[in-house]
Amino acid sequence: MNIKLKLIVGLSVLLFSVNIFAASKIHLDHANTDIFDEASLQSGAKLFMNYCSGCHEISLMRYNRIAKDLNLTEEHVAKNLMFAGNKIGESITTAMPEGAAAKWFGGVPPDLSLVSRSKGTDWIYTYLRSFYDDEERIFGVNNKVLVNASMPDVLWSLRESQSEAEFDQSVLDITNFLDYVGEPAKLIRLKLGKWVLLFLGILFILTYMLKKEYWKDVKYGIWRPRD
Amino acid sequence: MNNKQSWIDQRFPLTKVINEHLAEYYTPRNFNFWYFFGGLAVVMLIMQLVTGIFLTMHYKPDAEYAFASVEYIMRDVEWGWFIRYMHSTGASAFFVIIYLHMMRALLYGSYKGPRELIWILGMVLYILLLAEAFMGYVLPWGQMSFWGAQVIISLFGSVPIVGPDLLVWILGDYAVGDATLNRFFSLHVVVIPLILVVLVFLHIVALHHVGSNNPDGIEIKKNKDADGIPKDGIPFHPYFTIKDSVVVVGFLWIFCAVVFYAPALNGYFLEAPNFIEANPLKTPEHIAPLWYLTPYYSVLRAIPPLFGSQFPGVLGMFAALGVFFLLPWLDRSPVKSIRYRSPIYKWILGAFVVSFIMLGWLGVQPVTPLYVLLARIFTTLYFSFFILMPWFSTLGKTKEVPERVTG
Repeated sequence: MNIKLKLIVGLSVLLFSVNIFAASKIHLDHANTDIFDEASLQSGAKLFMNYCSGCHEISLMRYNRIAKDLNLTEEHVAKNLMFAGNKIGESITTAMPEGAAAKWFGGVPPDLSLVSRSKGTDWIYTYLRSFYDDEERIFGVNNKVLVNASMPDVLWSLRESQSEAEFDQSVLDITNFLDYVGEPAKLIRLKLGKWVLLFLGILFILTYMLKKEYWKDVKYGIWRPRD
Repeated sequence: MNNKQSWIDQRFPLTKVINEHLAEYYTPRNFNFWYFFGGLAVVMLIMQLVTGIFLTMHYKPDAEYAFASVEYIMRDVEWGWFIRYMHSTGASAFFVIIYLHMMRALLYGSYKGPRELIWILGMVLYILLLAEAFMGYVLPWGQMSFWGAQVIISLFGSVPIVGPDLLVWILGDYAVGDATLNRFFSLHVVVIPLILVVLVFLHIVALHHVGSNNPDGIEIKKNKDADGIPKDGIPFHPYFTIKDSVVVVGFLWIFCAVVFYAPALNGYFLEAPNFIEANPLKTPEHIAPLWYLTPYYSVLRAIPPLFGSQFPGVLGMFAALGVFFLLPWLDRSPVKSIRYRSPIYKWILGAFVVSFIMLGWLGVQPVTPLYVLLARIFTTLYFSFFILMPWFSTLGKTKEVPERVTG
């Protein structure tokens, strides 16, 4: 091998190995969400509206969009998922006044519309399963992922009434729902993508065959190499 | 008037223009992979213009509403998500194409005479495109939009004497805010696209005037047949229009694979912190510009401050861009194409490409002592390529250039 090439390869290896060592972040469990699992999304929507929506908005989402995407009737959504006296076409906001929220929690609980995109599903899934008792903290709990989180362990009743596997599934459903909320269009684009690629693939073959036909002129015909 | 001419041709040189630029524009027959990207860049420009028009119909350039209006496009506008992803993926794809297009010029000496002006127009286009992309990235008003703008624009504040005034003049305020967002919107959707379109037109007119270079770096116009047609040329239309159509469809396949399956491309095309609305009170842990700006960002960070001023770094960053303009005059090799250049030139060009890629990679990494050292090494290599070019481009033995194009 040439010396220069060796140097380049050596440097690259060094760089990439350094990068791996530099990444000493908190370990996140893999969420393995599936936004085409409708039952999980429906369960997640219900859990979210019951346990989270009291404080957290998902203001970029509308109730009727959830009804449409999750195959629920608008009546069902109005009866089971709407608590704030909103209309079906409105966005999902919380009734909690901002001033009070800041006083109770030391800050306004963030809007979770895009949390799956900014933090990732693995983060949500691990975060919700990482609360532990800590008498030092105001709500008696702390969190391994988000140290000194100002959020109480709102899922504690679920954790106590469910088995570990059931609880993990519940958290996964919430995570799955938030993944959907982060990008509802994902339901369309993942389904549509393969057809678009199939169409372009066929078009590519046809265009290529047409090009071959034309270029016969260049290879053997009127535009063949001249002296 | 000539009655054989059509009504339009009597009033406008339509047939003449079509012939000059398509049917009788004789193109070297030996174009290879590297010649795909000029045509693709035109397709990309059109795609960005069209998707941009639709985005502008729904986007609100207001610090209060900008972030939500982008999500409104993603959710409530029919097919809005598709248009937005085409536009955001398109920005990155445009730069992939432009970098490969520039690489072609480096490989085959396309910037050398008589194509110096094409190269200069191309470089102006490239710099405008960087500005266009930078301003476009501010518009969604996420955390990276805001803080990226903050970091890059504050550089102008380091200019001696006029810096602070210059900064206020650019921002339209004392900090990045609504005024900045509004003017960036105006520049992004009107001023720069308009100039881009005009310059692309000039770039192509200049190209068609002197004729295309080719992988052998031979002027095909030097060898014409009895009819005055270059012996190594074939008409652009239909042969290259159909070939480029194949390329466009192939490109669209890859493009759509990204749009439909990985529109954020793991944070490289859409950064995760940009899904949090801009917050002037909360600085993100790690601010990285988008990948196409990072080589220059690396140069900026590599150059140490002088008397506490960042200005040398800023100068270095702009010099790294500006030095490309001089390329036609720095290269003193008797041959154009890499195929016939000396072995030493090939190695040096390789080292330059590696430096550019490494600077780009380092630009997205956090600052550590090792990375700073590496950035300095690669910055030195980067500038050495240009500064030493008049010397090394004459070194070594070049191969004999054939009379006619090879395969």
